[in-house]
Amino acid sequence: MRSTDSRQRHAGRAVDQLPRLLPADGGTGPAGLAEHLARYGPLRSAGLSRSSREALIDEVDRSGLTGRGGAGFPAARKLAGVAAGHAPVVVANGTEGEPASCKDKVLLARSPQLVLDGAVLAAEIAGASQAVIVVHHSVREIVDAAAAERTQAGADRVRVRVMTAADRFVAGEASAVVHWIEDGVPAPTRKPPRISERGLGGRPTLVHNVETLAHLALIARYGASWFRSVGTPAEPGSMLVTIMGAVNQPCVCEIAIGTSLAETLSLAGGAAAPLQALLLGGYYGSWADAAAAETLPFSSEGLAVLGAGAGAGLIAALPQDACGLAETARVVRYLADESARQCGPCLFGLDAIAGELQRLAEGRTSDLSLLRRWLGQVEGRGACSHPDGAVGLIRSALDVFKPELGQHARGWCHATRTATVLPVPPRRQP
Amino acid sequence: MSAAAAGSQGLWFVSRASGLMLLVLFSAVVLLGVAGRTGAAPRHWPRFVSAELHRTLALFLIAFLALHVLTAILDPFVSIGWAATVLPFMSGYRTLAIGLGTLAVDLGGAVLLTSVARGHLGFRAWRAVHWLAYLSWPAAFAHSLTAGNDMGIWWVVVIEWGCAAAVAIAVLARLIAGLRHDTRSGTLFGRPSAAFERVTERAGTHR
Amino acid sequence: MNAIPRLLVDPIACDGRGLCAEILPELITLDDWGFPIIRDGDVPGRLTSEAREAVRICPKLALRLEKLG
Repeated sequence: MRSTDSRQRHAGRAVDQLPRLLPADGGTGPAGLAEHLARYGPLRSAGLSRSSREALIDEVDRSGLTGRGGAGFPAARKLAGVAAGHAPVVVANGTEGEPASCKDKVLLARSPQLVLDGAVLAAEIAGASQAVIVVHHSVREIVDAAAAERTQAGADRVRVRVMTAADRFVAGEASAVVHWIEDGVPAPTRKPPRISERGLGGRPTLVHNVETLAHLALIARYGASWFRSVGTPAEPGSMLVTIMGAVNQPCVCEIAIGTSLAETLSLAGGAAAPLQALLLGGYYGSWADAAAAETLPFSSEGLAVLGAGAGAGLIAALPQDACGLAETARVVRYLADESARQCGPCLFGLDAIAGELQRLAEGRTSDLSLLRRWLGQVEGRGACSHPDGAVGLIRSALDVFKPELGQHARGWCHATRTATVLPVPPRRQP
Repeated sequence: MSAAAAGSQGLWFVSRASGLMLLVLFSAVVLLGVAGRTGAAPRHWPRFVSAELHRTLALFLIAFLALHVLTAILDPFVSIGWAATVLPFMSGYRTLAIGLGTLAVDLGGAVLLTSVARGHLGFRAWRAVHWLAYLSWPAAFAHSLTAGNDMGIWWVVVIEWGCAAAVAIAVLARLIAGLRHDTRSGTLFGRPSAAFERVTERAGTHR
Repeated sequence: MNAIPRLLVDPIACDGRGLCAEILPELITLDDWGFPIIRDGDVPGRLTSEAREAVRICPKLALRLEKLG
């Protein structure tokens, strides 16, 4: 096939090693359309025939691309599901409600054209006539400019609409993004119906993380084998990670999935202090003991042995002199405050849990069995996975910071550090 | 008194008596509805009992209403006419007073019909129409004051103003609770159900 | 077709009024904040009418009986 030939020709160019998504230079600005095309080559996305669209879905399926928003759902299955619907819509989700994670913002700031490629391509494959891209306010201007460049070039058949994301933690949840676009309310909606069946404007809606779409745009150019040339057989490809906390150069880096955590941390200049633990995935992720984790590959499969996963690609380094329980308590208070307040168990349960965790962290008398009871009562009883994510984080903290539990029960803590490690936005006025 | 006159007296009596019963029933229905929404009930009173009573009394209302309307229409001494049963202000006799009654029935009828079809309508549509109950009761009350001549009887006056006072207090309570309501909770007054209290006692928390 | 019903709650619609737990204590208990925890699994035949009653009586229409064949 001719398209395969052109893919192989491009494969010999700049993108046969990392980074793939981010520019290789040390600059800070976005790659313009011309620069983007010079690096990656053209992408024929407009006016695909039915067989081409199906072939592309097959290619994505063979590539093993999974969602990079944290849930890790197979991209091809999502694409096929929505493509089967009538008058679908594509939403590129760059909300990134996680305060500690910056990968989507950086991706949009440096390679907006690649993301837009992916959004337009996904729309063409699914048979959608419009794509909405929701981005953090800090990169809105860049994405607006990138979209305008494309409109001027006139290569897209799909209409792209740029929107600023809501500034809430749960605003990044798929149905919350749809709700935000439609009604300006960044709150998850009830399922059924799933948004893949009835979403934006009642139409089948495909919501993909912006990084997933960027990978899609490259798979369409270079093929599944190229995509699989890095990563692991079970989790192929590369991913963006945000490395922060007690590291020398906090950064967003692109790694091959399965790269060891030690090597990944070295991309951020290595640990700035002896490490105690790592928070992996995001604020819905899990704590892991630093020594145990450093030898492991950064992949969901590799981290499963410690009960952790790659999640949304956050790697936060907790130094020895910090208190993991205090950090967790702060984050959980934030998560409780960020509840959409729609479901009783989340609204009341997370609040009660946050309070109890705060007492635990401060060394006051607390009831661990009551906390565990509440964790069990809250799990799985919301309309979205917000309570579940918080519960997972807390359970891992109670496990990894078990020694601290004993110390706090006796009213002392080994931590000497006063500065906080995990970022938590200031508390909103009620 | 002639037979016809006696018959008419009988019809008129039944109409007035059933009318008074209706006011009491309707007031009880409103009280139960407000109590259900605000959680103002005796501590171990099961909530489903209030909910069922609210529903059952509303159905009783229909029976008494049929009696009330039929006897009034059939009474030859006042010309109200069949049209006035559903269309307000069509009665020759005391047009405004009877019309208010018809209005109350129309509004209440909408509430009743939407409640029966609640499952098919969905919560939002049902609730929007249910608010009409707060218009229906005042119309019924105004009708009860003006459509008959019984306000000279002392115990009728007691019943009338007793119902009015009870409903007024209930509505006020509902308004206050509605204004105070800033979180979604089991009750607007913050009083949990008995089951909840049992559980929290066991958990040993005082929240 | 063997239609076994499951009782499910819409957590967004649910306001924790607690009527369902009064009607069907065998399947529904209230958590520490008054919200229903529905025992996972199918509704046994002997409780089907109570389950339908609970669905009907919920003031927020938050309960539903789903039949999975």
